[in-house]
Amino acid sequence: MAADPKMLVKVPVREQDPKVRATNFDEVCYGYNAEEAVEESERCLHCKNAKCIQGCPVSINIPEFIAAIRKKDFKEAYNVISESSALPAVCGRVCPQESQCEGQCIRGIKGEPVSIGKLERFTADWAREQGIRPDPAKEKNGHKVAVIGAGPSGLTCAGDLARLGYDVTIFEALHKAGGVLSYGIPEFRLPKSAVVDQEVENVKNLGVRIETNVIIGKSITVDELLTEEGFEAVFIGSGAGLPMFMHIPGENANGVFSANEFLTRNNLMKAYREDYDTPIHCGKKVAVVGGGNVAMDAARTALRLGAEVHIIYRRSEEELPARKEEVHHAKEEGIQFDLLCNPVEIHVDENGWVKGIRCIRMELGEPDASGRRRPVPVEGSEFDMDVDTVIMSLGTSPNPLISSTTIGLDINKRKCIIANEEDGQTSKTGVFAGGDAVTGAATVILAMGAGKAAAKGIDSFIRSKGN
Amino acid sequence: MYKILDADKLSENIYRMVVDAPMVARHCEPGQFIIAKAYEEGERIPLTICDYDREKGTITIVFQPIGVSTIEMAKLKAGDSFEDFVGPLGRPSDLIDTPVEELKKKKIIFIAGGVGTAPVYPQVKWLHEKGITADVIIGAKTKDLVIMEKEFKEVCNLYITTDDGSYQRKGMVTQCLQDLIEKEGKSYDHCVAIGPMIMMKFVVKMTKAYNIPTIVSMNPIMVDGTGMCGACRLQVGDEIKFACVDGPEFDGFLVDFDQAMKRMTMYKTEEGRALLALQEGKTHHGGCGMCGGDQ
Repeated sequence: MAADPKMLVKVPVREQDPKVRATNFDEVCYGYNAEEAVEESERCLHCKNAKCIQGCPVSINIPEFIAAIRKKDFKEAYNVISESSALPAVCGRVCPQESQCEGQCIRGIKGEPVSIGKLERFTADWAREQGIRPDPAKEKNGHKVAVIGAGPSGLTCAGDLARLGYDVTIFEALHKAGGVLSYGIPEFRLPKSAVVDQEVENVKNLGVRIETNVIIGKSITVDELLTEEGFEAVFIGSGAGLPMFMHIPGENANGVFSANEFLTRNNLMKAYREDYDTPIHCGKKVAVVGGGNVAMDAARTALRLGAEVHIIYRRSEEELPARKEEVHHAKEEGIQFDLLCNPVEIHVDENGWVKGIRCIRMELGEPDASGRRRPVPVEGSEFDMDVDTVIMSLGTSPNPLISSTTIGLDINKRKCIIANEEDGQTSKTGVFAGGDAVTGAATVILAMGAGKAAAKGIDSFIRSKGN
Repeated sequence: MYKILDADKLSENIYRMVVDAPMVARHCEPGQFIIAKAYEEGERIPLTICDYDREKGTITIVFQPIGVSTIEMAKLKAGDSFEDFVGPLGRPSDLIDTPVEELKKKKIIFIAGGVGTAPVYPQVKWLHEKGITADVIIGAKTKDLVIMEKEFKEVCNLYITTDDGSYQRKGMVTQCLQDLIEKEGKSYDHCVAIGPMIMMKFVVKMTKAYNIPTIVSMNPIMVDGTGMCGACRLQVGDEIKFACVDGPEFDGFLVDFDQAMKRMTMYKTEEGRALLALQEGKTHHGGCGMCGGDQ
């Protein structure tokens, strides 16, 4: 039987024109409308042994929600997703679907996989527009749990526990909930008031309390939460931590920023808006060092602030750790990729400002421990680039604030908190952890998966205490 | 919301506020700081804690309005609130962890400049409570800018110097320190300097010559204050340190003040523009003549 050629490709998604969007912070992707979503849903094969579910870190029943879309029962589709995910409007936008659900899709063997991410986004956006929120637990069970950090793992863990009837309080260090969804991922990829704030509201609607401006380890410790504040268990989802630098000459010059600083000023503090006080400095020609999603976010933000932007990455395009869609969008918008090169020095003018960057060409050698081919410098290939701003996007190392102030909480060589993958249990009784604080910088959805596993772990821990 | 219980002016342009923040007051120690944000669009402003009352659950802050957000902050009165107030941040002063017996053997001098006078107070007060009376030099440009004289007098031996000689001694804090050592028979084996970076730089230059170990409290540009952004990084010896989590106090002999002062100018252009916009309304502040901002 010959396949219908139309069924081989995804229903295309409408996007803002690259030339136009390069000058604004509005969302790049418009998403599907109802008609497009129903059409795309017809491509799903409804596999009995659905591989896509296995590819999803929070195990959403994907064929079932897609079947509901096909029947135009969007509310039912939302209910199916909500059973597994507290943040579907976020995940539909920022998950690396190509290596998860869509990467497993049988449709993808011949042609393109079903556009699961865009269907998830459609469903969540539709529910929001209809004012549909997930239902809170019918009965409270009277047990108190503290969650540290209102990012993806913390919100997920808190949401799942609240649904089980727990009395959950999230403590957030910043003045706003959302974690990386608020400070890190830019507006044009993940709208704040329309999407993030709404999903946070949904979690609150489940009965979760969020206390901002509380830094665990400083304002109050984990041990105090357990012994003085009456919490029976604590989940640590404190996130990635301190930005890494290269330790090359000139790195403390004016005009060198961590991607965290640049993005936090822009996203959390809204420096791109005239009515907000926090300043941001973005020169005319910007080098962003690194090839991950954060590097793409920083580059595309600098572009929108009016700069010519170069990504400097030491491996080749194939190894870029960013989502394919982000690389594709960055290129469309005019970001230039300087691949296989690595900075060795930042040139500084007499007033202490960046005036250029010296790089060395790289070539790929034997695969390293990560399985990727190791970049090796090509001797004598140094060259200079005129730039006035450098943004370092090299990853983060865990923040010791919590591990250093919690008695009996073990960390590994990389200073990440040690926790079981299946239930989030740490070396300390009653303390669970997950997300970037455990794995080092990873993705929103993996953090959510860890929050979910820990919610189950906490539930069985409290039940096993027999009360 | 964090209610302002008391607000007054210590001098023409220095403001003091007592803020209801029980969680911070319960855990803070001398040397630590808080971050305050007055309203939704405001900047996060790091301020060293100037006093605390654990029983009343209050924190005292002292600040000088210099940018848009601090100018707006200065307009707040008792009864108003900060939208956000978080802390304590940073490490407590090393003095706190030093055994009292050891501290009693030390001759300690505090050198305070301008608005930096306020954060010296909790340390001096803490020592006084332990039965240790330190020497303190307060330096100010002129008589009207000397702050907290009365509070300090109760807890230390106080020396005041003004640049123009309008009150007590005349000259910079370094002149005063030199006079105390050279002419008045004083000797010190520990110094804490808090004030403008340029003052701390010159104090350290002098204490290095006298071989008096010196701690400085750095107040670089910050955003989150928890180590996340790295804006506050400083060259300290051959290491890069984050003032927010590794400091704010450092060994003054190791701090690269020239670099730190350059980094303080990072947002001068952007801030200057915002300030002009605040003072003059929506006139053109681009300075380029081309951006159309003046139309």
